[in-house]
Amino acid sequence: SGSNFSTITVCRELHEMGFHVSHSQITRLYSRFTSLDKGENGTLSREDFQRIPELAINPLGDRIINAFFPEGEDQVNFRGFMRTLAHFRPIEDNEKNKDPTASEPLNSRTNKLLFAFQLYDLDRDDKISRDELLQVLRMMVGVNISDEQLGSIADRTIQEADQNGDNSISFNEFIKVLEKVDVEQKMSIRFLH
Amino acid sequence: SGSFLLVYLYIFLVVFVGIGLPIEASAPAYQSHGTEGSHLTNITNTKKAFPVLAVNYEHVRKPFEIALWILLALLMKLGFHLIPRLSAVVPESCLLIVVGLLVGGLIKVIGEEPPVLDSQLFFLCLLPPIILDAGYFLPIRPFTENVGTILVFAVIGTLWNAFFMGGLLYALCQIESVGLSGVDLLACLLFGSIVSAVDPVAVLAVFEEIHINELVHILVFGESLLNDAVTVVLYNLFEEFSKVGTVTVLDVFLGVVCFFVVSLGGVLVGAIYGFLAAFTSRFTSHTRVIEPLFVFLYSYMAYLSSEMFHLSGIMALIACGVVMRPYVEANISHKSYTTIKYFLKMWSSVSETLIFIFLGVSTVAGPHAWNWTFVITTVILCLVSRVLGVIGLTFIINKFRIVKLTKKDQFIVAYGGLRGAIAFSLGYLLSNSHQMRNLFLTAIITVIFFTVFVQGMTIRPLVELLAVKKKKESKPSINEEIHTEFLDHLLTGVEGVCGHYGHYHWKEKLNRFNKTYVKRWLIAGENFKEPELIAFYRKMELKQAIMMVESGQLPSVLPSTISMQNIQPRAIPRVSKKREEEIRRILRANLQNNKQKMRSRSYSRHTLFDADEEDNVSEVRLRKTKMEMERRMSHYLTVPANRESPRPGVRRVRFESGLSV
Repeated sequence: SGSNFSTITVCRELHEMGFHVSHSQITRLYSRFTSLDKGENGTLSREDFQRIPELAINPLGDRIINAFFPEGEDQVNFRGFMRTLAHFRPIEDNEKNKDPTASEPLNSRTNKLLFAFQLYDLDRDDKISRDELLQVLRMMVGVNISDEQLGSIADRTIQEADQNGDNSISFNEFIKVLEKVDVEQKMSIRFLH
Repeated sequence: SGSFLLVYLYIFLVVFVGIGLPIEASAPAYQSHGTEGSHLTNITNTKKAFPVLAVNYEHVRKPFEIALWILLALLMKLGFHLIPRLSAVVPESCLLIVVGLLVGGLIKVIGEEPPVLDSQLFFLCLLPPIILDAGYFLPIRPFTENVGTILVFAVIGTLWNAFFMGGLLYALCQIESVGLSGVDLLACLLFGSIVSAVDPVAVLAVFEEIHINELVHILVFGESLLNDAVTVVLYNLFEEFSKVGTVTVLDVFLGVVCFFVVSLGGVLVGAIYGFLAAFTSRFTSHTRVIEPLFVFLYSYMAYLSSEMFHLSGIMALIACGVVMRPYVEANISHKSYTTIKYFLKMWSSVSETLIFIFLGVSTVAGPHAWNWTFVITTVILCLVSRVLGVIGLTFIINKFRIVKLTKKDQFIVAYGGLRGAIAFSLGYLLSNSHQMRNLFLTAIITVIFFTVFVQGMTIRPLVELLAVKKKKESKPSINEEIHTEFLDHLLTGVEGVCGHYGHYHWKEKLNRFNKTYVKRWLIAGENFKEPELIAFYRKMELKQAIMMVESGQLPSVLPSTISMQNIQPRAIPRVSKKREEEIRRILRANLQNNKQKMRSRSYSRHTLFDADEEDNVSEVRLRKTKMEMERRMSHYLTVPANRESPRPGVRRVRFESGLSV
């Protein structure tokens, strides 16, 4: 299909966003984008994502799909597609010491954690409430566990993480609780190197 | 002055036991006269007084000596930790070798022949417990995340070490002035392959005390375990070849094939026994007492079976432990789990102690042939080849790693490559037809001493000096568990979006396969459906409950007790002091009751089966007590009435009674 994007243009745009990616990467991901784009109109809709088999069986499938679409929109173009994927790029050593006044790259540890946090925090009030946590737990453990049991787990989780006593997990508490987890490794896909 | 007294007592013990051993060894000389004498008296038929007290040492000699050696080893270990500040400076392995040297020296002074570390004893009795302990408790997540790096270090690193050292030593032997021109290339390569392998026992002994960060620990430790296959193949290969004298291309090719057979075969044998053990544990709910034995015996059988076929026994043990652990732990009782843990720790501790002491004794005993140039060159080459190997391999590996290895990491990996008893035992196994055997043994012992003493002692201050990241002590955290699983799902999904079949994709496939097909065969009852998260949470709560009972403490602020989990924390009103006391009394009474009953009935071996039922009964009672407590508490404290009614058709798994036995 006569591409609406020349990969060089996209490359430059992404570089400006702080997403330093090679030509081969863009080409590969662009061909993936077009293979998903059944309507061939240069954007992906939710149905296009739902057709991916791995997402269909994934407990967090719907939330992941929503993460690609900006607020209130139903279509995502290639730039938006890449922007979301940029969070999963491995952190380069030589990027760590770059210009401190520049904005943090999308794949920094904080931004990776923020991406994960926003998947929990659907109402965007900057905290994970007990209900939001329960919803995620329910999605992960399936239907066979009783509500009380899940409630106990949710309470225990909040109790462990909550430091300011507001009975929910704020972003800072979330970061603190995951400080021993190697997020740079865990939330990186080698493919996007 | 108290500690000085202890030191004196301790030295006295050492001398006493150390002398006691050779005296026992010389006892048979006395005994034979005794039996001769009684023979004569029988023939002459004179009446002899009935022997009220008689000594028959021969009867118990072997077990007596074994027990005495083990006792010596353990008393040493005990003593070290009584002497203040000693164990903080010198690692235990060094002290034990020194003790071995002393004891060996004592025995020699008396005129007896000190025993040497018999390779049979070492490989069949002393090594397996250590490896099983390591394999069963292997931290799976860091291991699988770094398995590529570990394999590169283990296989390519060891090959590099062996050939580099063997080659350069051969070149050295060619020099006239050294006086070793009789040594051919194959003998040198054989020597190189023995000395090149990093030893798991030594690494465990030293690294356990320095608490280094998880990544470096798993790299060195994993390497020491997985290089066994390479060592086995190289050793057998060069042993065969040095008898024949020549080597062809076909032989080299067969060697490579042999490597794959040895390693994969070992893993396969271990996995088979692991599945057998898991399957057996599914049916042990009525015979809880023997559960730990199944774990130990199946693992040992895996080791012996693979040794029988000249496959890698160490890899079989590791594979067995890793495969059986998730299923066995879902099936066995908590007590069996504790038993397994403590028996493994106990056996591996005793083994390690004995190994180091025997190393010391063997040094005094063994035939030595000293050649300054050869030995010194060996030590230097060991260090040099290790450093070069690590730097070179890291350079290549870092191109493929997401989290790169820093220079500090590389240094510790290189410096932590200790050699130990496996190298010694392999050297000892060399048949006497090797004219260089004694020289090799001496060189091996020197390398071991150097790495254990010099590197072992200095690694701790170096770690401090370089400010290497230490291991972060962490309690199991439900947050980490939940969020890690969350991230797993997220990453699998994103990999799916990219169309990339990476690490997460295959992990997810394995998990799914495990859940649908494997678990239902290997896990007892309905437990196979339990998601991992729930199992983790249940175990965590159980551990905490047991800890609370054992320490006799009860929380002073009610809202933070674990039994309050099913009550919404938002709406707890203040409870009057009187009610608080009442609740505490009930808790204390019920839980203490169980504890006392358990203690009073478990002393006799014959009542073990009753105690086992007590196990089930008391856990049931604990369960009931918990439910009772919660019911009462929900009377005292108002529960908000906005609980959701259970969805129709949902199978209710009662968490409170979920302490499944």
